Amino acid sequence: MSVISLVSYEDALASYDPVMGLEVHVELGTRTKMFCGCSTELGAEPNTQTCPTCLGLPGSLPVVNAVGVESAIRIGLALNCEIAEWCRFARKNYFYPDMPKNFQTSQYDEPIAFNGYLDVQLEDGEVFRVEIERAHMEEDTGKSTHVGGATGRIHGAEYSLLDYNRAGIPLIEIVTKPIVGAGARAPEVAKAYVTELRELIRTLGVSEARMDKGQMRCDVNLSLRPIGREKFGTRSETKNVNSLRSVERAARFEVQRHATVLADGGTIVQETRHFHEEDGSTTSGRIKEEAEDYRYFPEPDLVPIAPSREWVEELRAALPELPRVRRGRLQAEWGLSDKDMQAVLNAGAVEPILETVAAGAPADQARKWWLGELARRANETGTELADQPITPAQVARVCALVAEGKLNDKLARQVIEGVLAGEGEPDEVVAGRGLAVVSDDSALGAAVDQAIADNPDVAAKIRDGKVQAVGALVGAVMKATRGQADAARAKDLILERLGA
Amino acid sequence: MPGITREEVAHLARLSRLELQAEELDHFAEQLDVIIGAVARVSEVAGQDVPPTSHPLPLTNVMRADEVRPSLTPEQALSGAPAGEEQRFRVPQILGED
Amino acid sequence: MTELIKYTAAQTAAAVSAGEVSAVEVAQAHLDRIEAVDKKVNAFLHVDTEGALKAARAVDDRRARGEELGPLAGVPLALKDVFTTKGVPTTCGSKILEGWIPPYDATLTARLKDAGVVILGKTNMDEFAMGSSTENSAYGPTGNPWDLSRIPGGSGGGSAAALAAYEAPLAIGTDTGGSIRQPGAVTGTVGVKPTYGSVSRFGLVAFSSSLDQGGPCARTVLDAALLHEAIAGHDPLDSTSIDAPVPAVVEAARMRDVRGMRIGVVKEFAGEGYQAGVMQRFDESVELLRELGAEVVEVSCPSFTLALPAYYLIAPSEASSNLARFDAMRYGLRVGDDGSRSAEEVTALTREAGFGPEVKRRIMLGTYALSSGYYDAYYGSAQKVRTLISRDFDAAFAGVDVLVSPTTPTTAFPIGERADDPMAMYLADLCTIPSNLAGNAAMSLPCGLAPEDNLPVGLQIIAPAMADDRLYRVGGAVEAALNEKWGHPLLEEAPAL
Ligand SMILES: [Mg+2]
Ligand SMILES: [Zn+2]
Repeated sequence: MSVISLVSYEDALASYDPVMGLEVHVELGTRTKMFCGCSTELGAEPNTQTCPTCLGLPGSLPVVNAVGVESAIRIGLALNCEIAEWCRFARKNYFYPDMPKNFQTSQYDEPIAFNGYLDVQLEDGEVFRVEIERAHMEEDTGKSTHVGGATGRIHGAEYSLLDYNRAGIPLIEIVTKPIVGAGARAPEVAKAYVTELRELIRTLGVSEARMDKGQMRCDVNLSLRPIGREKFGTRSETKNVNSLRSVERAARFEVQRHATVLADGGTIVQETRHFHEEDGSTTSGRIKEEAEDYRYFPEPDLVPIAPSREWVEELRAALPELPRVRRGRLQAEWGLSDKDMQAVLNAGAVEPILETVAAGAPADQARKWWLGELARRANETGTELADQPITPAQVARVCALVAEGKLNDKLARQVIEGVLAGEGEPDEVVAGRGLAVVSDDSALGAAVDQAIADNPDVAAKIRDGKVQAVGALVGAVMKATRGQADAARAKDLILERLGA
Repeated sequence: MPGITREEVAHLARLSRLELQAEELDHFAEQLDVIIGAVARVSEVAGQDVPPTSHPLPLTNVMRADEVRPSLTPEQALSGAPAGEEQRFRVPQILGED
Repeated sequence: MTELIKYTAAQTAAAVSAGEVSAVEVAQAHLDRIEAVDKKVNAFLHVDTEGALKAARAVDDRRARGEELGPLAGVPLALKDVFTTKGVPTTCGSKILEGWIPPYDATLTARLKDAGVVILGKTNMDEFAMGSSTENSAYGPTGNPWDLSRIPGGSGGGSAAALAAYEAPLAIGTDTGGSIRQPGAVTGTVGVKPTYGSVSRFGLVAFSSSLDQGGPCARTVLDAALLHEAIAGHDPLDSTSIDAPVPAVVEAARMRDVRGMRIGVVKEFAGEGYQAGVMQRFDESVELLRELGAEVVEVSCPSFTLALPAYYLIAPSEASSNLARFDAMRYGLRVGDDGSRSAEEVTALTREAGFGPEVKRRIMLGTYALSSGYYDAYYGSAQKVRTLISRDFDAAFAGVDVLVSPTTPTTAFPIGERADDPMAMYLADLCTIPSNLAGNAAMSLPCGLAPEDNLPVGLQIIAPAMADDRLYRVGGAVEAALNEKWGHPLLEEAPAL
């Protein structure tokens, strides 16, 4: 990557207004592909899930997967879209070896869902409305592996190997209208939008929407317009940005890059760009000598889809509780202030907390652990909270041990550490590290006697009625027992012995 | 309608992935010009308020259940491949990514 | 044994079923005939001797076990090389598919096998069904058995020639703009384009998806009807397949009665470009229908004059996309892969080497018609014309049961005559194209020889969609009356090969 000095983000925003368009592709979790009966199961041996249709063999024909259409309508409804009374598939014509027919069966000017919106909540709790242009149905391509050359990447490769298991898996492409007015928060809006969309897709149960598995992929279109100007600038299209954090970084980088080019008196070329995880930069894709001309026309091998209004209303009525509504309900149930709820959301702790509560823990305890120790760890390691090597059930077990008085807070923290370190279930960590609270009086009694003997001044004060000095003796007991003493019991014993 | 030029034919050939020879460009330019001149008559109806017909059937909503059907074996899938390797189709180097 | 090759399909099936002859004997007789004459005719691209005999033996075994045989069991058939056949080469008359052996059967292929039909092999055709003369085959032209120096029509010239040369009593064609009917007309055989959507296209290598339709070719109307019933019907693998009962075409073919039917003569199918002898035989056929008790009226379909230009925009547009898959990556020809060239270059070199001039011409024409800036004027307008043509048909069928016209303006022309004049070639489909654009049903059957050249003339009958039975009712009656007048089927007048 060439080192260029970029205009700072703040300087860029001083003169320009970013305009964004986000295109998200979601692979549906249907059992079969969009136009044939091949399985969509991940991880199969290469080319074991192909047939004449998804290999594009001469003579083969497509037949639409009803669940694919149903999922598209449900996504459309959840995004507050209108559902077309009549729509068609179209062919998008271009040559590429991973696309067996050399056209993609997609939708063009007649998408199944259009004109919607999604409200997304930013980190400070502000709600931003992202308008949806359309959601349409299409199919995925095969996967290529590049062989030879120094990097194993496409450039410099000697040849490529193609696996068409993925070819034909249903995709829903969701396209926003131009997102304007977000100003400096544009990258944050982009991330919040993709996050909210992912949650929505998961709630609908139409896809696992794992970005790391390519089940959800985002293209970030970005342009800058001089503040106060009507007309949009030329946009760049950064393709396949495949994590939430990257979406934000890519948008931010492009703002700075555009501003840098413009500051130098240059012009932005409309092009596709690739995002690089390593340094958060983007680079230009291959420049094509001629503009793309996809020659869309109605797919003659398929007939129109005309979802009856009855069907659409049935699907609308059967939608699950959507994420925003659900979050409101949980906030009330958990008795959280807006600020506390926002903290839970920002940490990505809703699901972990819910599952921990489901496993028997009180909500406030569950929240304490996930937002405390675990969120800190996720932050430090740059990982998702939900991906920490501890299960909600394990957290719930730790809470139970505390409630039973078998652990105190400090010990509980150590148990969590042990689980994270792979030392087994919470009970195994307790046993393995010998962490149980010492509360039986004989063991504790010796430590208490020792503490009184070692601190005669403090003991005298307590005898004289200065009960608040007991803390120092409890501290000594805790120190002597390496924190395993039941502090409350220790205090009782000290006061009893000193007759206070 | 304008006549079709040699350059336009070359552009169409690129879009169609046809590595035409120089003499073919001239020959096709001539022929396509005649054919396009003849078929351009359809634009007589361009202004008419007539719905387009993309398909002769009035069918809608033809869909199948989301049920797995047997796939080809990989041997069958690759049986016509000009080249294969590791149960995959081997193809020449791919330039750029879309 | 030579008698066997002159049997109709109905006669063959009856004889096999009655045990008068074995299916193997029938198959062998036809294989021998192919061996004897096909070097001259070039109707077949691939003869599947082993497969045919195996299928015939299976029929004989079933009969020996006392199983009931279907109405076409043991009847040989020539299959246009545009339908996939599992384990048997399928080339579509193109170099780009040379050596390709499909791993699956077309639905039509499977239905023929299920019916006990004996597939003799794959027949020659214009490359990817683009043409009206079978001269565009990468494997050399097919000769017309009436005069081997003339074209047998196209694109299904191989199938029609196989019938006329007694190499098979049945054949399958596909009709995108007339590719079943026009070869039928110029070879003195019967060809039917069923209603669009009534015969599955699954496994039919697409030329123009919204127009392509497989259909029966035979020497008699009844044989065509028997084959029609065997191949038609709903197929869940084809989204454009009609889910409704197949009209009773066999019953209609046996009626031989047109009394009370109203028949419309399309005014626009006459005039300049129509050969005198063709019009003479056509006019006589109209007169014959009147004599047989039909009411004949003249109808006008003004939009038909725009059918040819609309067709030559729609078909190439769809073809340019359908044929994009031939890219040298997954199957078929690969040219120029020397380790230094990119996939893109190899694709372009392969397509350049693998496609013939007519295919390239149409791919570029279609690419042009669909490209931005031209779409509305060309493809968009052509689709409007399609609507107007359907409206003309609807108006006509409001007053008549069927329409009639010559199938093709001229008789078979000499090989090479129109080879480099696409517009002249395209005129061969003038009368057949409107039915493809509207998706209705149409038949061509022989109605005599043109006096000036002694070559067959075809009578075209057109029926509304899903009223295919009317074709057979009219066709059966005309055929019976003409055979009676001539004292024999027309094909008997063809010179011996
Ligand atoms: Mg897309
Ligand atoms: Zn498949």
